[in-house]
Amino acid sequence: MNAPLLSRRGLLLQGGALVVGFSLPGRRAEAQTFAPVATTGFSKPVAPDQVDSFLALGADGRVTIFSGKVDLGTGVETAMAQIAAEELDLPLDRVTIVQGDTALTPDQGPTYGSLSIQKGGVEIRQAAATARARLVQIASERLGVPADALVSENGTVRPKAGGQGLSYADLVKDGRLDLKVDPAVKTKDPARFALVGKPVARIDIPEKMTGRFTYMQDYRVPGMVHARVVRPPAIGADLQSVDEASVANIPGLIKVVRQGNFLAVVAQKEWAAIKAAGQLKATWSKWEGLPEQDKLWQHVRATKVTKDDVTSSTGDAEAALGQAARRLEASYDFAIHTHGSIGPSCAIAELKDGLLTCWTASQMTHALRKQLAAMIGLAPEAVRCIYVEGSGCYGRNGHEDAAGDAVLLARAVGRPVRVQWSRADEHGWDPKGPPTLIDLKAGLDQQGNVTAWSSQFHIPEGAAGNVPLVAASLADLPHETTMAPGNIIGNSALPYAFPNVRTVCHRLASTPLRPSWIRTPGRMQNTYANEAFLDECAAAAGADPLDYRLRALKDPRGIEVLKRVAELAKWQARPSPVKDVAGDVLRGRGISYVKYELNRTYVAGVAEVEVNRHTGQVRVPRFFVVQDCGQIINPDGVRNQLDGNVIQTVSRVLMEEVTFDRGAVTSLDWSSYPILTFPDVPEVVIDLIDRPTEKPWGAGEPSAAIVPAAVSNAVFDATGVRVRSVPFTPAKVRAALQGA
Amino acid sequence: MAQQMSLDVNGRAAQVSVDDPDTPLLYVLRDDLGLHGPRFGCGLGQCGACTVHIDGQAVRSCITPVSSLKAGAKVVTLEGLGSPEQPHPIQAAFIAEQAAQCGYCINGMIMQSAALLNETPKPDEAAIRQALAQNLCRCGTHLRIVRAVQRAAGTL
Ligand code: FES
Ligand code: FES
Repeated sequence: MNAPLLSRRGLLLQGGALVVGFSLPGRRAEAQTFAPVATTGFSKPVAPDQVDSFLALGADGRVTIFSGKVDLGTGVETAMAQIAAEELDLPLDRVTIVQGDTALTPDQGPTYGSLSIQKGGVEIRQAAATARARLVQIASERLGVPADALVSENGTVRPKAGGQGLSYADLVKDGRLDLKVDPAVKTKDPARFALVGKPVARIDIPEKMTGRFTYMQDYRVPGMVHARVVRPPAIGADLQSVDEASVANIPGLIKVVRQGNFLAVVAQKEWAAIKAAGQLKATWSKWEGLPEQDKLWQHVRATKVTKDDVTSSTGDAEAALGQAARRLEASYDFAIHTHGSIGPSCAIAELKDGLLTCWTASQMTHALRKQLAAMIGLAPEAVRCIYVEGSGCYGRNGHEDAAGDAVLLARAVGRPVRVQWSRADEHGWDPKGPPTLIDLKAGLDQQGNVTAWSSQFHIPEGAAGNVPLVAASLADLPHETTMAPGNIIGNSALPYAFPNVRTVCHRLASTPLRPSWIRTPGRMQNTYANEAFLDECAAAAGADPLDYRLRALKDPRGIEVLKRVAELAKWQARPSPVKDVAGDVLRGRGISYVKYELNRTYVAGVAEVEVNRHTGQVRVPRFFVVQDCGQIINPDGVRNQLDGNVIQTVSRVLMEEVTFDRGAVTSLDWSSYPILTFPDVPEVVIDLIDRPTEKPWGAGEPSAAIVPAAVSNAVFDATGVRVRSVPFTPAKVRAALQGA
Repeated sequence: MAQQMSLDVNGRAAQVSVDDPDTPLLYVLRDDLGLHGPRFGCGLGQCGACTVHIDGQAVRSCITPVSSLKAGAKVVTLEGLGSPEQPHPIQAAFIAEQAAQCGYCINGMIMQSAALLNETPKPDEAAIRQALAQNLCRCGTHLRIVRAVQRAAGTL
């Protein structure tokens, strides 16, 4: 087995001081795979106010960047390298990125919320700029040349006037700067950018295209054994008995591990673990704690409200509704979704001499470290979590849970254990995007302008935080008892200037399946309801949907994305729906807009749809999108993210719904939870607005927010029928068409 | 009873010891031979992440028992096509198009489309989409993948 293992090369501990000298450009896995010395022995600082926490200058002229934000398949690693190389005046290939290792990287917060560049990248930029300023200062002293007469380039500082320069490695002998990050440091003038803003090729792609890349699922450690979990057939069922004899014939079986309701099998080889998991006989109690799926929305409506978050209040919406010339009212719902990463979650844990090391694809290794420590009663300092990139991650999926499983099993068998979830484990047990129900009312005046807007969002309580680990819950070990669905109240308030507005989130005490955040949590559902209902208002007013939005929008950057998407899509001003429809396939277009969380990235989109009037099948052949995320780090990376957001969200909106019976999730594979496939993938037409002198904002989520409403609005344009329930399945659309 | 088998993988003879003849080829390639190209995605034949070539045909290794391989069958994985230093033309096309987000599905995309191009050197876009209809990508990289195949076919 050619495990990619554990090189100490690159990390030399000399007299207690850390000297980083990566000598292996291009071998990414090496940088991530230091010897598992766990948590002691490192003197490398990780405090987020220290320059040395973020970077180390190598004797070989290379620089290592330590990033608390991780690449989840979005290209962040390359973007971080661009930012750091730019500030340090280095070629890109002299930068190595180490990500999400709790012993080596500062805690920059979880990798979520489209904040990697906006927050994490800016912190790295400041650290790198502070380092560069110090290098210039040291050079000035050594050369006896004033700092402003020096220039840094290609890893050296030299006099502008010419003459001998000094390399960074010469300037800082042990690679350390012992310096605080200066948040007010002058960063590079965007006019001089050589890497930022350029479509730099991704660092990870050649290895990923050739099978050399090491994903979490590929990672191996010496002496490691394989495990599979055996989950309860119903979420709250109790384990009554286990028949170990039922798996006794499996060669290489090491142990059946049982702790409370946590059950798993450990074997020498992976296939033996898979077979044993399938063959193991266990009896479980009956449990039917889930609501009936076809009464889900009644259930949501009847769930206890623990508090109301009033997210905006202007004027008197109730009174204005009463006085309106015309009133509209509608309810929207959005189904439960799974993350559906193509590779199910996987983790490895090793417990040795009281120290725990966990290799994980977690988007939040620093938070996971504390969760794992709490679960098994270790001090956080005795736990090291090391990020190893997994299959695409679109939020808090099963990675952390697999880590929890691995830790319990490593403790039970006293060897490093790799846990690979099955497809059914992933679809059944990853935390879900919760069901969302939204009631809206609007009042229009004689001219059709919105004079009153009132909305109520029925969504679970809680915010971002730690999602309780499945293993800890099943084994009844210490775990969180609150829900963490993410910051799902964002974009419930409107970007439009209406005179009387009240938007309220009713926070629910529970939701049927363990919730978490999945790409654009809440902001997608809320934008969907707002932008589709606004379209209903435009139609009631007989107005063109673009013009109707522009009338109520004051923000120039918002106006610009809307106008540009109209241009891109060759938008023809007219009210919806289309008149004079004929034929079996009806065609329409719909527009939608978001200012993400009302304080950053602007996106506008136009969906083109085809609706088969007999089958109710909706197709989205083309989608136009314009985004302004401020300063763009890598335009090709941003385009890649926009493709991904549009395609993934079209899939979610047309097809996806987690199904369940009274005990558990029943959509456990790709045939019961189908996603969009190649023949139905829309063409995505993109226009980016780059503002190099502005702050860089996130691009990983915002464009997903506009997709559901654009599709709903286009279906209305094509058919005159409003679809208000995601997913827009053929059955629902057919029923709506027949009812029309 | 462990059984010794000899396989031809990426042009080299490999000896493996298999406890169970039903062991899917995927686990032999990944766990016994340490290959990373073929990936575990579903184990159900539904996603394509595990695709390899057996005698030039694209096959889902997660549902192919190792014992079903015919004597002398030639197995080729993503690593067998090319390397970062010397990529196969289709790998080079995927790199040129930057056709990956997480890249987890890409093994299947490349292996499936390499088999397609062997049979149909100049497929049109619809034919490429059809040939990849049973390969799943969650990140939404489909458009770049199609362009990469077109580039490899010289039809871009
Ligand atoms: S892993 Fe083989 S088809 Fe999904
Ligand atoms: S690129 Fe991530 S699944 Fe396809």
